[in-house]
Amino acid sequence: MSTTTIYSAKKIVTMNPSRPQATHVAVRDGRILGAGSLEELATWGDYVLDDRFGDKVLLPGFVEGHAHTMEGSLWSKVYCGWFDRADPNGKLWAGLKSIDAVVTRLRAAADAMTDPTAPVSGWQLDPIYMNNAKVTRADLDHVSSDRPVGVLHASGHILNVNTKALELAGLMKTGVNHPGIPLGDDGYPTGELKGPDAMTPVGPHVGFERNLLDADEDGLRNFAKLCVRTGTTTITDLASRMDPDTVEMMLTVTAEDDFPTRLVPLRYFMGLSPADLIAEVTTLKARSTERLRMGRIKVVADGSIQGFSARLRWPGYHNGAPNGLWYIAPDQLSETYHLALQAGLQVHTHTNGDQATQLVLEKLAPALQKHPNPDHRFTLQHCQLADAAQFRQAAKLGMCANLFANHHYYWGDEHYTLTVGPDRATRMNACRTALDSGVPLAIHSDAPVTPLGPLFTAWGAVNRITASGRVQGEEEKITVAEALYAITIGAAYTLHLDGEIGSIETGKRADFAVLDDDPTTCDPAVLKDIGVWGTVQGGRIFAASDL
Amino acid sequence: MTDPVAVTVIGGYLGSGKTTLVNRMLRQANGLRLAILVNEFGALPIDEDLIEATSDDLISIAGGCICCSFGSDLTAALVDLSQRVPLPDHIIIESSGVAMPGAIGANIGLLDDFRLAGVVVLADAESVRTQAGDEYLGDTILRQLHEADLIVQTKTDLVPPATASDVANWLATVAQDTAVIQSSHGRIPIDILLGQTAAKQQQMASGHADAAFESHVFAVASQTDAMQLARELAQGGYGLIRAKGFVLDADGRTILIQNVGQRFDATPFDRPMRPELVCIGLRGKLDTDRITRLLASDIATAGAPLQDAL
Repeated sequence: MSTTTIYSAKKIVTMNPSRPQATHVAVRDGRILGAGSLEELATWGDYVLDDRFGDKVLLPGFVEGHAHTMEGSLWSKVYCGWFDRADPNGKLWAGLKSIDAVVTRLRAAADAMTDPTAPVSGWQLDPIYMNNAKVTRADLDHVSSDRPVGVLHASGHILNVNTKALELAGLMKTGVNHPGIPLGDDGYPTGELKGPDAMTPVGPHVGFERNLLDADEDGLRNFAKLCVRTGTTTITDLASRMDPDTVEMMLTVTAEDDFPTRLVPLRYFMGLSPADLIAEVTTLKARSTERLRMGRIKVVADGSIQGFSARLRWPGYHNGAPNGLWYIAPDQLSETYHLALQAGLQVHTHTNGDQATQLVLEKLAPALQKHPNPDHRFTLQHCQLADAAQFRQAAKLGMCANLFANHHYYWGDEHYTLTVGPDRATRMNACRTALDSGVPLAIHSDAPVTPLGPLFTAWGAVNRITASGRVQGEEEKITVAEALYAITIGAAYTLHLDGEIGSIETGKRADFAVLDDDPTTCDPAVLKDIGVWGTVQGGRIFAASDL
Repeated sequence: MTDPVAVTVIGGYLGSGKTTLVNRMLRQANGLRLAILVNEFGALPIDEDLIEATSDDLISIAGGCICCSFGSDLTAALVDLSQRVPLPDHIIIESSGVAMPGAIGANIGLLDDFRLAGVVVLADAESVRTQAGDEYLGDTILRQLHEADLIVQTKTDLVPPATASDVANWLATVAQDTAVIQSSHGRIPIDILLGQTAAKQQQMASGHADAAFESHVFAVASQTDAMQLARELAQGGYGLIRAKGFVLDADGRTILIQNVGQRFDATPFDRPMRPELVCIGLRGKLDTDRITRLLASDIATAGAPLQDAL
């Protein structure tokens, strides 16, 4: 007979409305036998009492509904971001506040390398916070003139490189004529490469391969460490190409005894016709395991707001930039919805601009009439600019929304002053309106775009503070209880996993976030600062300090 | 080093006739090894009777042609093609319905092994104006048309002649100075679109088979600035759809000129050729008098002939 372990805790916040709090939780075979008092749980028979969490607060393991495992691979490169950020091993890297500081850190990394020709790669540079300072190849030549050097911006859409890298790519010449490759006064490229098209020829020379979207084996393990450090027990990989090698790798790595996370990769739509996409994802779904849940589709409708590639309705961009780009033809979106509903597969659709959201609503409605599926839970991802009418329509159609609460902190000021202006910036990521309209809500980090950290994400949605310290959109704040729901059972709901995870109650997986303090009673302003001891995932215990 | 492989980008929204046009070109290839790159293998990218063999990401086609899908990585697909033996003679990229064909063209310019031969955008005579007025699609359709070197108005047989000419007039206003060709069932001579024919055929023989086009050979005076001449031919309102041939520069070197619609190119050629240009235009639209005058002198010193006063 299996062993029953009963864990005591300072407090257990169950997110189970019929029994919101408990002092003990009983675990058997990786699942929750019950949550309640020790006396109640003892009625199940023999048990081992484990008091290691006696001074901790347990919550359901957090569910991150929109992230990318590539963050794990990026940490093999040099962190160049503006904000302090912890790496998978727990080391805190100080944010860099000037181009000089970036060059200095990169040079230190170059000096420590033994292979004389290896590239120096940095990531997460964000000159928005440095008065949009331009990084030139001359700056990066100070890192090294012998090695290729490349630094990827936080947006993922700009790459700065040095002269050597341009030479290797055959671009260190005059006469280059490309909208994404600005030229200096001397007629040579400045080293700034804007957009994936301009980055592609140079990326491989500076350590950014083309298949950047997919984590490698070590990257996936690294990423899982970040999950433990942030209390996350289920995480999505929201745009995986899932080629056969990647799928085998994911199956192997997630099956390792000490792999601490349930991974939900969504198959990126690009490169397959809708019919082939449905067929492939149906096949993948059948190969799912306890810790690798395949069988969902990710579609990208438009680009990003700060990159001016999101599709906006009238009056468009605040600074007059032309409207953005479609990444899928409206008819192909429609066909994908029809076929997915018919096949019983779920689709999550990236929409940043409100016109992209409107297109999704308009295409899904007739598809649902043709293939009624009351529990489809198709999800709008980001959905940053949706207005109240769109949320009401999304609710009627049975759609979920996973809003980008972190974005509001990191780029809210930029949206206020530059991209969409004060009015729409204030309603961006309108969590309050979504909930009031009856839209099932999740909130997310989009790691590596912003750091993984569900408690930070909850803090963002509760406080709506921007990087400059302003509250932007007081009326769109949600309560701590609503935010905690969004990062647990709310996110699980968007994945059709709310029957298995997201709350601490009988029958569900024994997935816990082990916290130092109680987020339900702390000052909402310090929600993001609550210490995370680690996680329990499927009954297995992972202490952040042991990683 | 081998010559860069010519690449033509075919753009236009879903249903504008890209696949039909590509299949028509494959039937006319006549020994030219075409490589077709499609975003994905949707329903029947290639007519079944043309297919010799099919694998996951490559379709072998009669006559040494192939079709590959590039998914989300066009550059990787092009690099793969540049390593094939034998090299394709011409690559045709069939871009996705909402892609910006000009952006794809700009990327070709970054790759040393390839040369952009032109951006051809298709406009469906039946639906392009509706699409251009669509709330979601309108600006995308217009941007695609603006980026074209050459616009092909397709499916003209499916609309009344008056509608076809209305659409042609409308296209002339939205994409000024861009040559527009009308077609049905993709029936356009391959050399008009690609600017090359199989080696075994005479290069762009005059007396074009298609009654819709006329083609003339012109002698060319020595030029100080061949690029300036190429630009003038493409953009000076001569009614040209294609121009190809050779000029000699002041030092007697041979320069190859290859124009498609608005696009012009002048590059050194490695062996002496007779200084002649083949110019093709729509029948009755080619301004042969002005072309003759233009080519009779050195544009850098004589300038371009003025358009005749109306």
